[in-house]
This record gives sequence, structure tokens and C-alpha cells, in this order.
Amino acid sequence: MITTRSIRVLALTAAAGAALAIGQLGSVALAAGGTEPEIARQPWSFAGIRGHFDRAQLQRGFKVYQEVCAACHGLKRLSFRNLAEPGGPEFPVDRVRELARNWPNQIFDGPNDQGMIATSKGQIIKRPALASDPILGPYDNDNAARAAQNGALPPDLTLITKARSAGGSDSFVTFLVSMPRDILRGYQEGGADYLYALLTGYSDVPAGMKNDDGSAFKLADGMTYNRVFPGHQIAMVAPLRANQVRYEDGTAATVDQHARDVTAFLAWAGDPKLEERKSMGLIAFIYLLITTGLLYAAKKRLWSRVH
Amino acid sequence: MDPHKGLDDSYVPATRFAQYMDARLPIMRMMHGQFVDFPTPRNLNYLWTFGGILTVCLAIQIVTGIVLAMHYIPSDKLAFDSIEHIRRNVNYGWLIRNVHAVGASMFFIAVYIHIARGLYYGSYKAPREVLWILGVIIYLLMMATGFLGYTLPWGQMSFWGATVITNLFSSIDSVIPGLGTKVVTWLWGGYAVGAPTLNRFFSLHYLLPFVIAGVVGLHIWALHLVGQNNPTGLEIKSKSESVPMAPYAVMKDAFALFAFMVMFAWFVFFMPDYLGHADNYIEANPLVTPAHIVPEWYYLPFYAILRAIPSKLGGVIAMFGSILVLLFIPWLDTSRVRSARYRPIFKWLLVAFFISVIALGYLGAKPPDGIYVIMARIFTLYYFVFFLILMPIVGVIERPSAMPSSITEAVLGKDAAPKPA
Repeated sequence: MITTRSIRVLALTAAAGAALAIGQLGSVALAAGGTEPEIARQPWSFAGIRGHFDRAQLQRGFKVYQEVCAACHGLKRLSFRNLAEPGGPEFPVDRVRELARNWPNQIFDGPNDQGMIATSKGQIIKRPALASDPILGPYDNDNAARAAQNGALPPDLTLITKARSAGGSDSFVTFLVSMPRDILRGYQEGGADYLYALLTGYSDVPAGMKNDDGSAFKLADGMTYNRVFPGHQIAMVAPLRANQVRYEDGTAATVDQHARDVTAFLAWAGDPKLEERKSMGLIAFIYLLITTGLLYAAKKRLWSRVH
Repeated sequence: MDPHKGLDDSYVPATRFAQYMDARLPIMRMMHGQFVDFPTPRNLNYLWTFGGILTVCLAIQIVTGIVLAMHYIPSDKLAFDSIEHIRRNVNYGWLIRNVHAVGASMFFIAVYIHIARGLYYGSYKAPREVLWILGVIIYLLMMATGFLGYTLPWGQMSFWGATVITNLFSSIDSVIPGLGTKVVTWLWGGYAVGAPTLNRFFSLHYLLPFVIAGVVGLHIWALHLVGQNNPTGLEIKSKSESVPMAPYAVMKDAFALFAFMVMFAWFVFFMPDYLGHADNYIEANPLVTPAHIVPEWYYLPFYAILRAIPSKLGGVIAMFGSILVLLFIPWLDTSRVRSARYRPIFKWLLVAFFISVIALGYLGAKPPDGIYVIMARIFTLYYFVFFLILMPIVGVIERPSAMPSSITEAVLGKDAAPKPA
């Protein structure tokens, strides 16, 4: 017959084993995470529970998109009218209409009266965009894009900050600390941090860089080195140069500024209701806190009768 | 014969309409008996508020889900676009969609606390075995519903998650060659996850919540027949050891529910995407496999168990077995003492079990190689050893610590006389 004492020893051993195992996880994961590129968190105006977009920054960011990114990338889940709506860049409506009318990538408008989708010269029938139309990129479809881009597909950018994350391979122990901290701070800007790091992450291949298997790192044909892109080879050449976009408000046109502004703009494009969400959230949160407090007081008072 | 026998003797219909109804369909009398006069142990702690919270979670999911279904298009070509349409153009669509998506996670947070409470205080023991089994069935249905629902936005994780999970059935091939593949083809409605799969997943995702609601009804029925367990695990011996559900338990539940809603709102309004995966904002693409296919956080412990076993069929059996084993614990636990509070050994083994499940959850999100697999195997082993070996043995050989003779004594001390409620 096993004694209670020996069972207690067994239980404690099991618990100690579990604790040890978790500690082990921590140290090993740290070692494994060594190859993940560091992505620094940026001070975004739209971060945190009181976060909101900087109107001027969104307008500058749109200009960067229009003059640089739009050469290859579309914003098809955004309509021109969104650019005039509250919570966004809030361009004047007239300006947005004009922008739509002059947008080089027009809207497919077939079939025509004769049931044709292309002219006799083989040109697809198109019309100028209205404010209600999506903001299209230059390519009619993915195949046309790949044909023009050396096989690479420039993704639509509407959801790009939502569809990327800063990733990071936390060990179990740091995870137990970092997760509650991120939750309490409402950290939700991993995608924006990643995009900013990507746009500013171009450089020459670092000297002596090795692949994971120890062989020398070599760029494939037509690829460019990027510090944070998975695999460190990206088909997009460095898109931003200093003074590439002239800002109307006189902001210094550095690569860093371009990257910040266009990232903020794309963060809005991915989440155009962010300001409405956060301002409503604050009211809902305060209401719930007060109600919870009142219910607690009522419960205390009620239960004092039976305690 | 009194047609109202056993419903509620203290109910007095206050209006003439109530009297009319009481003679024809005494539903108010029944509700009064079950949710007003119903005696609840006076020593329940806040872990007992999660049953009510879960009921509200289910209601929220059903209401927001019905509204979302009015705008959602279950087509492989349009599903992803329709979600973006909801986020951008539908009035308060962003809010309804966030509540539904975050709500699924909140539902699982609450159900895990609810299950953990049942394990700690021995709520599965006689006479509550059927109540517990119904709970395990609800949990299984929740997992199925959550999985089906996660497929609907038709993002990359939706698509590849559905591919990985449905492909589990192909492991039957190693027993009866060809059968597994047939089953998978039948599930998909084709030779890959595609349009027919999405349509049937939507249909089932709409159906299952109502099945859950039905089983929840049985769960509450079974609960109200035998009464609630409590932290001492002792039965209610006198009327003074209980308080009527209304207003006492109702008030406490309302407070706990709103405290839960504070956390709920935090995620809905300030970090709606935190609990999801960034890849699901990329439209499904059968030609591009994501670097890491990861299920939603609430499946991660079971995903870790699946991958811990070297054989595919073995992994599938272990994964399903890890949930199905819960059905048998009313009989695997041989101790006569319900509450782990008075079980000095079992208590710590159970804590180690909880730690194992959390560690498995962490490991489920990691790539299945090197040290991660080894750790997952250790914790998987403990998961099963805990239920299949430790639970039966410890129940027999453990000497329980000193127990109070009644709930009253546990609450007020040995000499105190209870105040009438």
C-alpha cells in the first residue's frame, strides 16, 4: 500500500517537473527565435484606446500612395468616396470627385450595346471612375500584373496592415508577461509596425550573411534585400526615396516620413471605422464600468442580509 | 390531480391574464419555480457565475450571427468580399462582426473556466454525471460550431484550417485503405475544400447553435433537478444553507456578467483582431500555403496533442480521445470526496493538469519540431496519465483532509448558528 506521503512526494515531483519543463521551453524558444528580425514598435497616433488618425498625415500618406504605390498596387476595397468620409483623410468632396474622374485606372464598363466588352481594336471598354467606384490599381487582373512584374504579384494594399503582423517568437515565459501587457495596452499595431519596418528595411546584403543551413546568402535574380521580409528577398525594389513626394504642408520629405505617412494611410484604409470604434468603445467601456460598480454595490447590500 | 404539481407551489398569478395562462400553459409558474424560488447554495463563489455568462454568450452569438447572415454571402468567390462589405458599408457592421468574432473567443474563455471549476469542485460526481456529460456534448458542439464559423470568412487561415482539419479523416486510410479519402471527399463535396464545402459549412454553422441551445436546455434541466454543487462539495442539508435564486444569485450573476462584459468590450472595441490571425485578412488561395497553419487559440491544446503523436491516425485518436475522456471521468474519479479543496494530493495533480493544458496551448502555436514536439509529448502524456491512471488511483489511496460537516459550518465556523435567509 502506497502511503499518502509518497503520493504527495509524487505530486510535488510532477509539479516540479512541469515547472522545469516550462522553464526549459523558455530558454529553448529564445534560442530558436534568434533568426526572427526585430520589428520595433512605432508611436502611432491611432494606437491605444484614445487613438485617432492624424488628418494631415493621412492626406500626406494618400499622396505617397497616389504617386508611388499606385504605380503597381490597387486599393480595391476602398472607394474614392471613403476619402471624404469622417474618420479618414477627409478630403473635400469636390476634390475626391475630381480625383476619381482623373484616376488613370478606369472602371470596366462592358458589355456595350453590341454585347462587346472590348473595342474593335481589342481595348477593354472602360469609363472614368465615380466617387462610388473602387480605387483600382493599374492591372486588369493578376495574370496581367505578374506578366508586367517579372512574375511577382503586387498585392492589393487595402488590408495590408491587417494582413501582416510583427510576429515575433516569444518564449513561454516572456509570452506570459508580454501577452497581458499587450492586452492591457490595447496593442493592435503589429501590421503597421511591420509595414513601416519593411519600407525602411532596404539595404545592401549585410557582409558575411549566411542562410539557415550555413551557406552564403545570395539574392535571386531580380530580388532585393530586405531586413524584415520573410526570407530577406523581396521582388519589390525599394519604393521610397527622399524628396520623392512633395508634401503640400511643407513636412520634410524623408524616407522615414514617407514610410510613416503611407503606413498610417494604409492602416486607415484597412480599418476605416477605427475612430468611430474607439470613441464608441470608450463610452461603452465607461458605461459598463459604472454599471458593474453599481451592481457590485447592490449585490453587497443585498447579500449583507444573509451573511 | 393537480396539474401544477411539482411546478411551484408558492407562485401566485398576479393578473387575470396570468391566471388565465396558469390554467392553460403554466409556463410562468415553471419559470418562477426554476429561476426565482430555486434554492442555490449560499456559499457559491464567483466561479459559479459562468453558467449564466455562457448562456448570455450563446444568445449574443445567435443574435449577432443571424444579423451577419443577412449580409454574408456563402460563396467562395464572394465570402471574403462580403465580410469586408460588412466591415465597411453595413451600418454598424463592424460592431456586429467584431462582437461575433470576439464573442466566440469569450464563449470559450468562459467555457474553459466553467469546465475547470467543474473539475476542481468535483461537479461531475453522482448525482451530476448526466449533467456533466451533457456539458461535454455542448463543448464538443461548440468546438464544431467554432471551427465551421472560422471557415466562413474564407481567409487563408479559414481555408487552410478547414483543409487540415477535414484531412484528419483521411487517416482512416491507414486502417481501411481508401475509406478515409472517400470520407474526406464526401465532407468536402469535391476533391478539395471549395465552394460546396463553404456552403455546407455555412448551413451547419447556422444549424448547430440551435442544437447547442437545445442541449443547454437539457443541461439546465439536469442541473435544476439535482441542484448546484458548491465549493464544499457537500449537499444542502437545511433550507438555511440555501438562498432563493432571485434576487440573490440573480444579482450576483448580473454583477459577474457585467464584469465579464467589461473584458468583452475591451476586445470588441480596442483590439478586435488580437484574438484572430493576420493571415485571415488575406483571401483564401488554394495555391499558396501559409508558413504556419494555426487554429484559433481555443483549439491549440488539442492541436498540440494531435501533432505530438508520431503517427497520423494515432494523433487523431489522441486528439479526439483527449476530449472524449472527459465523458468518463465521473467513473474514473474513484474518490468519495467531491471538492478538491479537501483532497490534498488530487488538488496539486489537478493544478499540474491545468498547467499542462496551458503549456499545450502554447506549444500548439509553435512549429512542430525539435524541443517543441518533445515538450508536447511530455504534457500529452501527463494529460492522459492524469485522467486514466492518477484519477482512479489517487481516489482510492488519498486520505482527505478534515471536512466541515455542513455548508453552514464551512461558511460560518463550527459554533455559529445560521441566520435565516
